[in-house]
Amino acid sequence: METSFLRPNPSSGVPIYLQLIEQVKHAIETGALRAGEQLPGIRPLAERLVINPNTVAKAYRELEHDGVIELRHGAGAFVSADARPRQMKENVRAGQAIVAAAIGRLRARGLGEEEIRRLFEAQLAGLPRKGERSA
Amino acid sequence: MPDAIIATTNLRKTYGHVEALRGLSLQVQPGSLCGFLGRNGAGKTTTLKILLGMIRPTSGEARVLGRRVSDSVASVEIRRDVAFVGEDKPLFDYMTVQDVVRFTAGFYPRWRQDLEQRYLTTFGLSPRTKVKTLSRGMRAGLALLLALCRDARLLILDEPTSGLDPDMTEQVLQALVRHVASEEMTVFFSSHHIAEVEQIADRVVIIDRGRTIVAAALDDLRAQYRRIHFVFDDDAPAPVFRAKGVERMYRDGRVLTVLASAGAEGIVEEGRTLRPVSVDVVPVSLKEIFLESSGVEG
Repeated sequence: METSFLRPNPSSGVPIYLQLIEQVKHAIETGALRAGEQLPGIRPLAERLVINPNTVAKAYRELEHDGVIELRHGAGAFVSADARPRQMKENVRAGQAIVAAAIGRLRARGLGEEEIRRLFEAQLAGLPRKGERSA
Repeated sequence: MPDAIIATTNLRKTYGHVEALRGLSLQVQPGSLCGFLGRNGAGKTTTLKILLGMIRPTSGEARVLGRRVSDSVASVEIRRDVAFVGEDKPLFDYMTVQDVVRFTAGFYPRWRQDLEQRYLTTFGLSPRTKVKTLSRGMRAGLALLLALCRDARLLILDEPTSGLDPDMTEQVLQALVRHVASEEMTVFFSSHHIAEVEQIADRVVIIDRGRTIVAAALDDLRAQYRRIHFVFDDDAPAPVFRAKGVERMYRDGRVLTVLASAGAEGIVEEGRTLRPVSVDVVPVSLKEIFLESSGVEG
């Protein structure tokens, strides 16, 4: 499983821990990770991806907070068996429809792909992230 | 709060008329992988030399592993637990790899045989190769091996990936991550390769002109720093923001750009009262933070 993780891009503007969270969620959606399966340990994954272990720890903590994974003390991280991942899939599907509609409307206004991308990025960059206090 | 592994308080160092360090304070916590950034001439090398006991500060204090570096007794003890890999890697050119390793291992009772095997393989080092024939990358690997196998608590590096090819660079970075994650080592490394610092460091210290300009967790920098563009119908105003966190402001025709180190939302709110046509908020890379923090007359 370690080998299926992609190296995060440190300069992309998206924090590395968020990139990891997305990868885990995507792995669950595609079935690369199944309910009950074990994720790589924090240290081995940090070594494998050559990123700071705190970053992996932060991603795992947030995934646990979202109910996506369970951290079993001494045993490791496991994909949750309960319905939350399924709900997440539905959220993603609903999200896809919302984004498709929004992009359709923006295109109808004559906005190009690059402009639309910048609008989304600007909006995301301006928002405080979940769990972070506004400065 | 655990004791800092490295702590400097108001370090000053003057060479003749030149003030290399002008009151530099920094801290590195145990288990941290801390990047040390600064332009050439900012005082990085001077700082490292003071930490390693190679030169004395003009004033101020530096503590490594809790002990003052200027204390000559402590200094010997510090050297046992601190490994250093500098830019030029003085090695015994006439020896073979095996000779150098055995020679060095003899000084350190906690020498890690297991790591020695691992890194000989990882860095592609053949025991019978003469050191003087090693390529630059292998030389760097050997220097790193000698530092890592000592089982030191703190590893200080000066430009560890300078001149290395991508593969060797990755091996070096991976070794640093491994030692912080699994071997409970603290790493303090200076580097010009900002992308690498962004990749593996958890904290970063940026110095300029002999002083600390930024000292923060990378995650905090990513969460707090923003570049805000206000576009106006006419020439952009030059407001004085009440909101805190404004680091720099630039005006270019109808665009006002604000670099914020915190409080972007407050600045956006205040900026909106000036009736801009549009407002854009974008993240700021470590490279940009570095470029903006150094080199401008403050």
